[in-house]
Amino acid sequence: MEMNEYLDVFIEESKEHIQALNDHLLTLEKNPEDVSIVNEIFRSAHTLKGMSATMGFQDLADLTHKMENVLDAIRNHKVKLNEAILDVIFKAVDALEAMVLDIIDGGEGKKDVKDLVNQLEAMEKGESVEVTSSPKISADMTNTSVNPDVTLDEFELTVLQQSAEGGFNNYQVTVTLQETTLLKAARVYMVFEILEKLGEVIKSTPSVPELEEEKFDYSFTVVLVTKDSADDVSAKINKVSEIDTVEVKELEIQAYDRDEATPASNTSEAPSDNGSSEDAQATSTSNTKKKSQLSSKTIRVNIDRLDALMNLFEELVIDRGRLEQISTTLKNNELQETVEHMSRISGDLQNIILKMRMVPVDQVFNRFPRMVRQLAKDLNKDIDLQIYGAETELDRTVIDEIGDPLVHLIRNALDHGIETPSEREAKGKPAQGTLKLNAYHSGNHVFIEIADDGAGIDREKVLKKAIANGVLTLEESKSYSDQQVFQLIMASGFSTADTISDISGRGVGLDVVKNTIESLGGNITIDSKYNEGSTFVIQLPLTLSIISVMLTEVKNEKYAVPLSSIIETAIVNKKDILSAHHQPVIDFRGRVVPLVSLSDVFNVPGETEEDDFYSVVIIRQGEKMAGLIVDSFIGQQEVVLKSLGNYLTDVFAISGATILGDGQVALIVDTDALIK
Amino acid sequence: MALEFLKSIVFELNDEEYALPVDLVGAIERVMPITRIPGVPPFVKGVLNLRGVVTPVIDLRERFSFDRQEETEATRIIIIQHDEKDVGLIVDACYDVIDIPNDTIEPAPETVGTVKIDYINGVAKYDERLLILLNIDEILSTDVLKEFYEMK
Repeated sequence: MEMNEYLDVFIEESKEHIQALNDHLLTLEKNPEDVSIVNEIFRSAHTLKGMSATMGFQDLADLTHKMENVLDAIRNHKVKLNEAILDVIFKAVDALEAMVLDIIDGGEGKKDVKDLVNQLEAMEKGESVEVTSSPKISADMTNTSVNPDVTLDEFELTVLQQSAEGGFNNYQVTVTLQETTLLKAARVYMVFEILEKLGEVIKSTPSVPELEEEKFDYSFTVVLVTKDSADDVSAKINKVSEIDTVEVKELEIQAYDRDEATPASNTSEAPSDNGSSEDAQATSTSNTKKKSQLSSKTIRVNIDRLDALMNLFEELVIDRGRLEQISTTLKNNELQETVEHMSRISGDLQNIILKMRMVPVDQVFNRFPRMVRQLAKDLNKDIDLQIYGAETELDRTVIDEIGDPLVHLIRNALDHGIETPSEREAKGKPAQGTLKLNAYHSGNHVFIEIADDGAGIDREKVLKKAIANGVLTLEESKSYSDQQVFQLIMASGFSTADTISDISGRGVGLDVVKNTIESLGGNITIDSKYNEGSTFVIQLPLTLSIISVMLTEVKNEKYAVPLSSIIETAIVNKKDILSAHHQPVIDFRGRVVPLVSLSDVFNVPGETEEDDFYSVVIIRQGEKMAGLIVDSFIGQQEVVLKSLGNYLTDVFAISGATILGDGQVALIVDTDALIK
Repeated sequence: MALEFLKSIVFELNDEEYALPVDLVGAIERVMPITRIPGVPPFVKGVLNLRGVVTPVIDLRERFSFDRQEETEATRIIIIQHDEKDVGLIVDACYDVIDIPNDTIEPAPETVGTVKIDYINGVAKYDERLLILLNIDEILSTDVLKEFYEMK
């Protein structure tokens, strides 16, 4: 229904908030005393709660609400933050994520979270029984102490200080409504309207949202910056009916210690003060500047629209080519200048369009700190994860695919690579292991390195296993280079781990990683020193939509062969072609390589020209090789990969198409299908 | 109120007149260069570049097993956008958009023209003309492709 159009937005934003929760929780774990981080977490949780309640995902809203209560207690120093609490909060965030994932899959985001809720409730009450953190009680306390000291954070203090220097008066205004007041929120609204005409409200206790929900008894306190006198303020507020008393006091900012957010004096502290500060900020007009800085200037664009833009742009490029030709034949100066200018602009445009599809690799990396933390805990290891180059950009399509292989490699590094603290100390290494994730650009590729300072790959162990599995013989093993040995561990069904754990070791991993990366047009290399650590380097193309191909001609047709699967091109003399099992083969650098004629495979119509020499493209897939016979090589080109559409699927040995500079369609050869 | 007219594109094929609902049609193009695709049934002529989108083209004459005919000035490619599929149909000529009154549409009789009954939704008599309403789902069905692949 009409909710659906909001669902996408909800899902996107929920994901962002959950990520923010994870990030901030990790920061908090390192700086448990930092209340500002708790505030950030609280804000994310609060927004998430609001959104899910609006969308009708009650379980999600409930769990967030419980979490929020605990966070509130933490930032008000009612509950002391400790590791157990953090663990439960992390678990709660996991549960939230699971619910959101369920919603993405079309579910209702339901999940049994009773245990978590109970734990959260226990934590919330556990350490300070008298504070149940219900707004009711905090309001009572506000009421009993007629003049509560307002807590102010540093930002608010600065504002107050500056306004005092600018000749403004800082007042603390306490308004008490008559007990018979029916529409409290309406009165509050009227009071605020007057206050905002008088000056600016820096802070309100209870917070404005709480006031609007009538979550207070009869009195509330605001900090007001104004040019008017105290009497004027009091008089104007008293014009609102049903007001019992108005108390306007000069606010002494010197009384606040600038270094601490909490008041230096131990006067009765209104428990909800800290809790409301963020909300008050958001609503207070004086903070609009700060707020606008927080919202980033982005819009969400459906990737289909970007594709459409790209398609249209390619058409433009083709027309540009034609215009260039026309202008050179006409030799008109003005026309030539205009066309040149257009070429430059369209070049810039092309760059922008390509960049729009790029997203920082951080979108994948950002979940790793959380994952590593959990794994390290499960494995009883101490690990320092260092991430570099998270801002490196990759095409969206590559980003979507690269997550799982990276997760796998990281799990491997933690499980097999980095040793337990005691083992490490025995080896004379620091007890804490280091896992480095590094992403960077180089040429037309992006490299991602996963380096650990763990045990490294045991060459002998790998060889022994390979021999035991019958992959190679003892003789062969002796001539294997280190690189060849490391490649062995990426063969399927290979695991050097002696014990199979939950995390890795089933031997169904690295081969999948390798395949995924190769299907993305990339490759993976391993570098390792025994007892010093291993480095996995993944090389990826910048984008999947643009690939390098070798354009070849077969009779009158053009076929593009992806450069990533080509070893080299060769001209072969007819005399050198041998026959094995009725299959033409050539001897290529000591290996027997079968030959495949593209003309035969694709039944290309037209006369075959007899020639003594064949143009051959040597392709490979893993260890296997083949030679494709074509008529001629046109050259290497960067082309935009396009699908053949939904009607034509499963065309043999054709993986897609591309549009050439003259507007014609050329087919891209699926080399894997041609290698038997 | 039920729809009184069926707005249709009328085209010519093998000297008969056919109609397709106009909302299926994305564009009508003159003949342009087509790239042959190997290993597909003969009625799939290949793919063309339709403003940056690689679009497969079906020769409707061959799809219906009519005699082949050289293309003429009048030959057109009707670009159909239906069911997430973009496909071009080669027809002999294409010249009209007609509002076919719904009450002139009759179910397909057993003997109409030369097209197999499966491909026909109905016929309409309009202004002394006999229009054959085609069933686009059947024409764009990929089952034929699958059968073809299996036979190989």
